[in-house]
Amino acid sequence: MLARLFGSSSSAEGAAAAEERFAVASQLKLTWWRFRRHRLAVASGIVVILFYLLAALADFLATMDPHDTDARRTYTPPQAIRFFDDDWSLRPHVVVLRARRDPSTFRMVRDQATKVDLALFVEGYSYELFGLFPTNVHLLGLKNPQPSETLHLLGTDRLGRDLWSRLAVATRVSLTIGLVSVAISLFLGVLLGGVSAIYGGVVDTIVQRLIEIIRSMPTIPLWMGLAAALPNTWSVMQIYFAITVIIALLAWTDLARVVRGKFLSLREEDFVTAAELAGASQMRIIFRHLLPSFLSHIIAATSLALPAMIISETSLSFLGLGLRPPAISWGILLQDAQNIEALALAPWLLAAAVPVITVILAFNFLGDGLRDAADPYG
Amino acid sequence: MLAFIVRRSLLAILTIWVISVLSFAIIQLPPGDFVTAYIAQLSASGASVSEAEAVALRELYGLGQPFYVQYAKWMARVLAGDFGVSMEWNRPVTEVIGDRLWLTVLISFAALVITWGLALPIGIYSAVRQYSIGDYLFTLVGFVGLAVPNFLLALVIMYLSFRFLGANVGGLFSSEFELADWSWAKVWDLMKHLPLPAVILALGGTAQLIRIMRANLLDELRRPYVVTARAKGLPERRVILKYPVRAALNPFASTVAYLFPYLVSGSVIISIVLSLPTVGPLLVRSLISQDMFLAGTIVLLLGVLTVVGTLISDLVLMWVDPRIRYQLD
Amino acid sequence: MPLTPMAEIAARATQSGAAPILSVRGLKTYFHLPEGIVRAVDGVSFDVRPGRTLGVVGESGCGKSITARSILGIVDRPGRVESGEIWLHGATGAQAGSIDLVKLAPNGAQMRAIRGREIALIFQEPMASFSHYYTVGNQIMEAILQHSDASRADARARAIELLRTVGVPQPERRVDEYPFQLSGGLRQRVMIAMALACDPRILIADEPTTALDVTTQAQILDLLRGLQEQRGLALILITHDMGVIAEMADDVVVMYLGRAVEKGSVDDIFHAPKHPYTRALLRSIPSIMAAPRTRLATLGGSIPHPFNRPAGCPFHPRCPESIPSVCDRVVPPVLAEGGNREVSCFLYGGRP
Repeated sequence: MLARLFGSSSSAEGAAAAEERFAVASQLKLTWWRFRRHRLAVASGIVVILFYLLAALADFLATMDPHDTDARRTYTPPQAIRFFDDDWSLRPHVVVLRARRDPSTFRMVRDQATKVDLALFVEGYSYELFGLFPTNVHLLGLKNPQPSETLHLLGTDRLGRDLWSRLAVATRVSLTIGLVSVAISLFLGVLLGGVSAIYGGVVDTIVQRLIEIIRSMPTIPLWMGLAAALPNTWSVMQIYFAITVIIALLAWTDLARVVRGKFLSLREEDFVTAAELAGASQMRIIFRHLLPSFLSHIIAATSLALPAMIISETSLSFLGLGLRPPAISWGILLQDAQNIEALALAPWLLAAAVPVITVILAFNFLGDGLRDAADPYG
Repeated sequence: MLAFIVRRSLLAILTIWVISVLSFAIIQLPPGDFVTAYIAQLSASGASVSEAEAVALRELYGLGQPFYVQYAKWMARVLAGDFGVSMEWNRPVTEVIGDRLWLTVLISFAALVITWGLALPIGIYSAVRQYSIGDYLFTLVGFVGLAVPNFLLALVIMYLSFRFLGANVGGLFSSEFELADWSWAKVWDLMKHLPLPAVILALGGTAQLIRIMRANLLDELRRPYVVTARAKGLPERRVILKYPVRAALNPFASTVAYLFPYLVSGSVIISIVLSLPTVGPLLVRSLISQDMFLAGTIVLLLGVLTVVGTLISDLVLMWVDPRIRYQLD
Repeated sequence: MPLTPMAEIAARATQSGAAPILSVRGLKTYFHLPEGIVRAVDGVSFDVRPGRTLGVVGESGCGKSITARSILGIVDRPGRVESGEIWLHGATGAQAGSIDLVKLAPNGAQMRAIRGREIALIFQEPMASFSHYYTVGNQIMEAILQHSDASRADARARAIELLRTVGVPQPERRVDEYPFQLSGGLRQRVMIAMALACDPRILIADEPTTALDVTTQAQILDLLRGLQEQRGLALILITHDMGVIAEMADDVVVMYLGRAVEKGSVDDIFHAPKHPYTRALLRSIPSIMAAPRTRLATLGGSIPHPFNRPAGCPFHPRCPESIPSVCDRVVPPVLAEGGNREVSCFLYGGRP
């Protein structure tokens, strides 16, 4: 599996003594170099990493408590951040609407515009950074806020909750559900695909039939049914994990097929026969020779499976059958946007669509790039 | 060839059986005894149930007996055409479902046709004119179709048309036709409303198929038989369409077989967003209100629908590939 | 004074007796890759005469197949014919006289009228070279229908006739079968039938027997020779097998790394090889008459990577007779040695 990049011959001595120099690179390194050439894929990779960073720092980036409802501030529009004061001095601030609702249009009408300063690293609601360190410092917030002053970068929803903070937390939940689902699918897929390929025969046939059966079932109705069957009494965390398992149970088939296919085709390769003839054990052959070959394929398949998981969870939660309030996820946020009249009044409710589309696009480009890099001829 | 048909049919039957078990599991999952809940509902609405009737009901549904006995009794009833009673609507399930199921079929089928009609030519174009502007454009649009979940797309379109056109584009019928009996006018009304949901539904699958077609065709274009065709002096268009496209069609066609479940699933969600009178909204409602026989039946019927559709497209595929016909596969 | 290409060709024709039907002059086909330019064919010239077989021989990667594809204008992108001339003489049709194929648009009507009709190509891998979705008859008839006004019935009859000519048993049945239903040898025969469908004047066979076993190989070669005698075909036989060359070729071109290093009649090449590469090739053929347990003479080194072409003569790093500071500096010119003999080596002159 070593690749020769280029040979060169210096002819200083003449024919017989010609030296040939070779550079040698491992499979993984080659894959990385090929991947680097796809600029779109690399950019997408960066976007994905940024998103996960955001997810890890969700509470730090939030400005208000995501669960805090406030009946006086339903459907407030987003507040633009302004950087300069009237005399062009640097003074980051927002204009707070001290407003009332116009009884005929139900829109907020500006009565008084007050400038409220913004500051970095303010104190806000308490949370645990990375789940470990209790703190209450947030990146952005109001400097010395009055009790009635609030910061709403993306406006509020129908219960007066800050949409920006909810979006940050939703990002964390949705992205991690995707990860957990994919991890379970990966485990099932590699296990069943590998077993199917190694043992062949009856085991292979059974697994193959199972895969075909699952693939020809309509997933959404089944997910809906299974999700609806979860008892209402379960805690948010329990439902969270149950949903990931349910999604993964029907989604492992693609990974299993990739694993099995690659295993089978690689087994026929001459280098495996050579290793067997040299006396290598089955384990050594699998881990030292076969696995590195299709590791890159698995990585590619996984990063293509993630967006599907995210879409599944979002769809289910959107329907009210996945995660349920008080949990926050993209699907739950989008549920609020389902009411057309409300949406017309408060179009910022669709804000959750932006990270959804961005992340899915990024994962798809990333996965495509990885797949091309892993096997440009495949 | 016969062996192939038999094998696929058996597999289809097996799949339907698995689905039926899952559907029944869904029916059974909620806690509590169905008959007790049913009787309670009936008495709440004024009807009364005698003790003898209650016992008979229990016997009919096999309550208190093991899972497989209840399952067997349910299957027996289903095969006889009795799908149970909807608790919420207080009518037989078949009545409640009514037209909705075949409307679901209609939308899914329309989406399938659109998917094929779009993906095939665009995929061919993208492969043959690789790296051209058209290729990049289609790839981009394709990615959008791939990345935006179809319910989100439906939501955005509904919002945009509401905001800028003041129109509500949901539903499959104009208000005057909704509850009317079937007539040619109603059919025409349906046709007018069908394109929007069908296109939204088709977009996700189209994007995927374009990529598959493009990838397969690029593979085939490199093969020796394309060179042979060119060496015979054939015009380039014939060289491409007759040979590599034909070969690339196979994996493409077999993907379509699995497109059907995706479309049926997708139609469920879209119909909820767009308030279409199909099976989707009914399913969600029944699941939330724990109207289990209705929910379970819908899941079963959708599953059967999907499997049958997949089987048919598999058979069409087989008929179209001479290698399978001559038992070489 | 150097002759114009046409005059030179005419002069050569009077020398050897028969006018060539195809003349390649200074053909260069390059592949423009992001890593660099691969000079697959780097200045090759030869003549093809009716009724005679030209053998093109060399190791894998020396540019033999690309030469064939360049003649027909079907070089895959990113390859391109950079320069040179390919004269097709005495072409029928609207323009009598000679046409330079390089100047024709590769997919234009004129080039396509020549492809398949005047010049036909048969390939190495008959399994991969046929489409499995159409019957054998369909694929043969397609060539006929493309280049003539025959009706479908006529084309079908002709296809059956062609199958019979190439020795396919029960042609009426076979014509409706699919390629995967035939054996390797039969497939190659069908390939030849398809190539002959429009009665071409030149047949290019690219490694026609490499994928076949020895007995079938002999049959196919016999078939080709028979067809050549019957129809006065000019045959270009591309192979790496010196045995096939010895058996079939009248004239030989030896190629190395995209250049023709030696040319001549088959007798000259085999009995009096001039270029060190040709000599090494001949030496490395195992012989029945060699003393037992003698070491097989092999060629030292290996073919350089396309991105690292040696300066000067492409063969010099492996040449046992390489002349220092001459062979590694300048590319040796093509020297005419009388008759049709040519060699490109400083051992025979041409030193700067």
